[in-house]
Order: sequence, then C-alpha cells, then structure tokens
Amino acid sequence: MSAAPGPVLEIAGLAVGLPAGADRARAVDGVDLTVGAGEIVCLVGESGSGKSVIAHGVLGLLPRALTIQGGAIRLQGEDLTAASAERLRALRCTRMSMIFQEPMTALNPVMTCGRQIDEVLQEHTDLDQARRRAKILEIMAQVRLPDPQRMIDAYPHQLSGGQRQRIMIAMALILEPALLIADEPTTALDVTTQAQILALIRDLQRQRGTGVLFITHDFGVVAEIADRVAVLQHGRLVEVGPADRILGDPQHAYTRMLVAAVPAMEPRQRDAPRDALPVLRTQGLGKVYRSRGFLQPVRVVEAAADVTLAVRRGETLGIVGESGSGKSTVARCIARLIDPTAGTIHLDDDEIGRLGRFRLRPHRRRVQIVFQDPYRSLNPRRSVGASIVEGPMNYGVSRAEAQARARAIMETVKLDPAALDRYPHEFSGGQRQRICIARALAMEPELLIADEAVSALDVSVQAQVLDLLDQIRRRLDLAMLFITHDLRVAAQVCDRVAVMHRGRVVEEGPTTRIFSAPAHAYTRELLAAAPGRGYRFARG
Amino acid sequence: MSAARKGALGRAVRSKGVIFGAVVMLAMLFVALAAPLLGAVDPVRIDPGCRNRAPGVECMTRDASGARVAMVPLMGTDSLGRDVYSRVVYGARVSLLVGLAVAAISISIGLAIGLVAGYFRWLDAVVMRLMDGLMAIPGILLAIGLVAAWRSGLWGGIVFAVILAIVVPEIPRVVRLVRSVVLTIREEPYVEAAISVGTPTPLILIRHVLPNTIAPLIVQGTYICASAMLVEAILSFLGIGIPPQTPSWGNIMAEGRTLFRVAPHNILFPGIFLAATVLAVNVLGDGLRDTLDPRMSKRV
Repeated sequence: MSAAPGPVLEIAGLAVGLPAGADRARAVDGVDLTVGAGEIVCLVGESGSGKSVIAHGVLGLLPRALTIQGGAIRLQGEDLTAASAERLRALRCTRMSMIFQEPMTALNPVMTCGRQIDEVLQEHTDLDQARRRAKILEIMAQVRLPDPQRMIDAYPHQLSGGQRQRIMIAMALILEPALLIADEPTTALDVTTQAQILALIRDLQRQRGTGVLFITHDFGVVAEIADRVAVLQHGRLVEVGPADRILGDPQHAYTRMLVAAVPAMEPRQRDAPRDALPVLRTQGLGKVYRSRGFLQPVRVVEAAADVTLAVRRGETLGIVGESGSGKSTVARCIARLIDPTAGTIHLDDDEIGRLGRFRLRPHRRRVQIVFQDPYRSLNPRRSVGASIVEGPMNYGVSRAEAQARARAIMETVKLDPAALDRYPHEFSGGQRQRICIARALAMEPELLIADEAVSALDVSVQAQVLDLLDQIRRRLDLAMLFITHDLRVAAQVCDRVAVMHRGRVVEEGPTTRIFSAPAHAYTRELLAAAPGRGYRFARG
Repeated sequence: MSAARKGALGRAVRSKGVIFGAVVMLAMLFVALAAPLLGAVDPVRIDPGCRNRAPGVECMTRDASGARVAMVPLMGTDSLGRDVYSRVVYGARVSLLVGLAVAAISISIGLAIGLVAGYFRWLDAVVMRLMDGLMAIPGILLAIGLVAAWRSGLWGGIVFAVILAIVVPEIPRVVRLVRSVVLTIREEPYVEAAISVGTPTPLILIRHVLPNTIAPLIVQGTYICASAMLVEAILSFLGIGIPPQTPSWGNIMAEGRTLFRVAPHNILFPGIFLAATVLAVNVLGDGLRDTLDPRMSKRV
C-alpha cells in the first residue's frame, strides 16, 4: 500500500455534542489529532474522557444522540463528516477499520469465523469464492492463527479469547485499510495473550504501513506500542507528543498525574515481616466442579487444587494469575461463598472450611470481601447507609450504634458521612469501591479479601484506592488477601505473592524475591509479558 | 429511606402515564361501586317491548309500579330489551373484580414460588417440572371442569371458580418470570456481599432479591389483569363463565355478537370500557415501573 501524501487521518477542531442533561455540553471539544501512515498514535484518558467517541466519530458510528457540531475528520484528505452513509459504508473495512474490546461479543456466535471474514470480501470485492477462501486463509496465517484450514470453519466459541481477537484483526486488515482504529483491543485479554496481540498489531502495521489510532487506558500498553501519545481529559486534548516524552517527561499537570499514578513494576519497600501468628491458614484447599446432567457423563473441572497459604496479621498476601487460574475460586472458598471440596481453612484456630450454615454464621463476620465490579457490588435500591449497617445489625448491633459506626467508617474511607443517605448510582466507580470497603470494615473483620478490587478503576482512582487499602491494613492491623491479575498492582501492595496457574500455586514468596528472581517458568513468563515492564515512568 | 420513598412517590405523581392510568382506573372503580347512583336501572330486567333499540331512541316501558313510561336508553338495549348502559355500569364490577383478583392472586402465589425456586437450586428442578405440568393443562378445559364441579354459592359462587380457572394457568408464567430474575440477581456481587456480612437467607430474599422482581412483575401484573378481563369475556362467550344474566363486559359483548351488524352498540360500549380499562392498566404499569426505580431519579 503506497502511503498517501499527508496524514492518513486528520482530525481538526472536532466537537461532538452530548444530549441535554449530560455532565458536560460536549463529549469532545476542539480535538486536533493526526495519524500518519505507519504510525501508532495512542489515545489515552480515563473512562468518560471521550476516547471512544472520537473512534466512533471517525467511523461514522456515533449513536444518534451524539452529533458532530464542528470540525472536520479527514481520511486521506476526504472529509468524513460530510460523507454520506453510503460512502462511509464503502470506506469501512476498505480504507478504515476497527477492532473492538470484547472479541466474543464483536463476533457473531452462529457464524463460522471464515464466513464472517468472507462477508467483508463479499461486500467490498468482486473475487470469486475460491479466491476469497485463499485470501482468508492467507490473512489467517498472517495473524498467526494455528492451523487456518481448521480455524476457517470454527465457530467463535471454539476459539480462545486471543484467537478471537486475531480473527477480528484479520477481518479488519484483510482489505489493507490505511487506518486501523483499535479500541482497547487487549483489555479483555490475559497478559501473556495481550503481549502476543500487541506484537502482532505492531508487526502487521509495520509491514503494511497502516496508520493506527490505538485507544487504551493502560500506560503499560502505551509504553509497549505507541509512537505518539495523545492525552484526553474531559473531552479535550491536554497534551500530544512522542511516546518517550509524554511518558518520561510529561508537561501538563494532568498527564503528570496520570503517569505518576501508574504503579511501578519494582516492588515497593515493605516493613520487615513480623513473627505474628497467621490469621488465615489453608491446607490443601481444593474445589472441584462436577456437572451432573440427566443421562450425561459427569464433567469434572478442577478449579483449584492443593492450595496452601497463610496470611499473618498486618500482612498482605497477593494471589496473581491469569483468568481461569483459580485465584477467585480460592478467595470465594475462603470467604465461604462457595464450598471447598478438599482441604481445610483455619481462621486462627477455628476450622471453617467444613462448617454448616449455622455454625459458620459467627465466623462469617471475620472474613470480608471486596469485589471487582463497583457497579454491581451495591444493591442499587438500597441507600449506601442501609448497605453498610446491614452487616453489623445482623450481629445484634443496634441501629443507632451501627449508624454511628458507619459514619466513622465513612471518614476512614474518606467519604462524606452525609453521603450515607444517598443511593449508589449517585457515586463514581472509585467512590463506590470505597463504600464497599466501608461495608466490609463495618464488620470489623480479621481478614479482608480484595478480589480484583481495583481492576475496574481508572489508574488515578486505582492509586487512591490502593493507598486507602494499605493505610487501612496498617491502621487496623488487618490481614489482607489481595487478588489481582495486574503485576504492577501486586508489586505495590503485597508483602508476599502467590502465583497461581491452572488451579495450583506454582510459586510463593516475598514480593521482592518473586519479582527479582522468579523460580518457576510460568512466573518468568508472566513477568516477561507485563506491558511496559522495562519502562521507567516519570514519577510525580 | 423516607426521603427516597417520597421521591419515588413524587416522581410517580408527576408522571403523565401514572396520572392517566390512575385517573381512568379510579373512574372505573367509582363507576363499579356507585352503579346504582349513576342512573342505572336493574341490569337484568328484560323488556320484550324494547329490544335492540339504538342509543337515544325512545321506547315505552313500565316502571316499578307498572305504569307505562317513556325511556331513552343512553346506550341502547340488547336483544332481550335490557338497558345496555345499566349493564355496562354494573358489568364493571365483575370485570374489575376478575381482572384485579386474578392479577393479585397469581402474582402473589407465583412470586412466592418463583423466589424460592430461583434461589434454592435443589428445589428448582422439582418446582419447575410441576409448573411445566400446570402449563400443560388447557385453560379452557380447566375452566369447564371447575365451573361444572363448583357448587354455586361456595366462596362467592361461580365468579370465584372463573377467577381460579384463570389464575391457575397464569401462575407458571409468573413463576418463570420471577425465577429468571432471581437466577440473575442471586449471582450479583451485592447478594454475595450480603451473604458474607451474615444476612439470613429470608432477609436476603426480601431485601435484595425481591425488589428487583417488582418492576417486571408490575408489567406482568398489568398484562395479567388485562388478559384476565378478556379471558373472562371469552369464557362467558363460551357459556362456561359468568352466568349470562349477570352482566360483565365480556358477557354483554358475547351476547351482542350475534346481532353485531344490526345492533353494534351492544359490543361498542362495553368494548370501549374494556379497552379503556386495559389501556389504563397497561399505561399505569409502565409508568410505575419507571418511577419506582431509584436509578430513574436522575433522568426524570
């Protein structure tokens, strides 16, 4: 593909209006951005900053409520804001295309992958069936899908997440568009898969000279892939520049804050471990799922096996691993939200792994859990105060006392006690996560489990919540079990780390040792895959 | 808490749908209760001299004392010379009673069964197979059986048999709806959070699961209420529902059907009342669903 003179994509003074009643008048305002041929421009910003609006605006896929109020979007010189729906449709896939965040929902589950790529060719080319098939096999090989002959007839559910994303990339690139828009293409993937997909996008883009507008919130990914970076805040570009400068020497205050909030890969210096007795000990903990169907063979899935862990008072133990590694299963067994099928769980000297519902009740209070999704962790129909006082009142605390305790805890988690009367939907994701922490703390637990508690949060909010958790642990001398897929986060908050792989703990030790001298091959692989691992981000 | 309730109520009062639905429903209730005060005569009185009169056409009849008087039937008369206006006004009683009673009974029974079946997995299979069995009973056949077996006078007579006959096939539908909501809600992290703060299971069901079923249930309830009134009309038409002399909107229409071309008013007026009521119930349900949800407060 010969590079067109001038930039592939030129956005000038773009303004997109929001419907009345939104938190601001315009989703994006006065955005100037160019993407050159063979260049990867990363568009970063926190949720709600307008990144996806820009991407959808370029493709002409904005929802009807959002209207372009000014500015121009030029694709190889052609103004897309003036283009007809017909023209935009002809341009999609041929000169510009997009890959989405969620490869499962972006593919049609009832069509084979080959057919879905074929649709693009049928729509935009005159090739006959044999030539189309040959072309599909060729692109499938190029996106490094194993055994294209077999994959071409596979349905999306038969593929792994990474393979599905490769299909999406194949579909996007088969007609060699000049512009590729990638909207958080690796966010839903595991780190090792993410590393492969990033390498693939980079290689294909280099070979073909494609201009890439890469949307992400992850600065590790930015460090890995970007030539230039554009930082978006509340719909306005605050800083644009080469990746090295933006990450190493940001000028704008907002960029500096964002970059500084990226957790470092080097483990933070922790207090020396004390010889306290463990609050939690698990011995040979295991969970096996058996699916019994009528007249069907029993299917056995071993979600966790032989997990032996201990957490002391005032200590944070991290469990890291990829999705499906069994880390959440372990957490949920310990919180007794599911019943373990093997092993023991000791809280101090009490074995709680096998207790029935009624004998377990007095011990429930002692282990509290904070979940990943701040939007689903609070009952939308109950006020924040009602959610927080519920637990203590279950254990006989009077309403007045529970409310007094709730007010005090709101201050601990740095929220206004007056907010107790309000409903969850009035709070941001970070605030909701603080409320969830408050709800857990109101029980005065001995062990706090944070199950991916900061994974859904923006990086600046993430840093605040991590700080909060650490302060609380120190102040209340809590034992904390911190479950995360994010090695950077683990490096910052954990005293010790257990690495899980396929339901088993493959390695366990002090965080500094795991990060500096990983013993197990899988740990090494995991560390090597962390995006932007060698990069030194500017510290605020 | 009370502030939020007030908010929901305030929103409900401001919603046009709720106002429209409530006003029409209250008007219908008023008509049903105050029938004798609205100038209605005896709805079952037959007058062979005044058959199939069009609305507003004068005819001579006898009053209670036997003297001949002229009367102008507001909505005409039916094929037996009964006053359609009086029948429609009195008919509101039966139709509303059947609609509201069927909705209330099937929702409460279905809700209780659905909550338990959805939350306790070990009960699920048994309960749902029972519900499948219940769904397999043809509604009309059940009605015929019930009405035939019912000793009149027992628990409010035939009307109760009709209500029961409509309730039974509705219950599995409510159970399925509630169960499907419960199945998704029980996996929500906030339910797990409630478990881990030691909330007893009955309280979890009432506090965290039940409120989420209200919105779909209100809609389902209005649908059941409306369809029950229609089913009652169908049963009456088939001659297995409310006895023909007792006026209900369905009965009046069923009876007017044979002479539809000559005397359309027999179907038109009860039809208008039935349609208006069904519409009002539906609009009211939609309005309530939207306004009772605290998440809507920002949007309203």
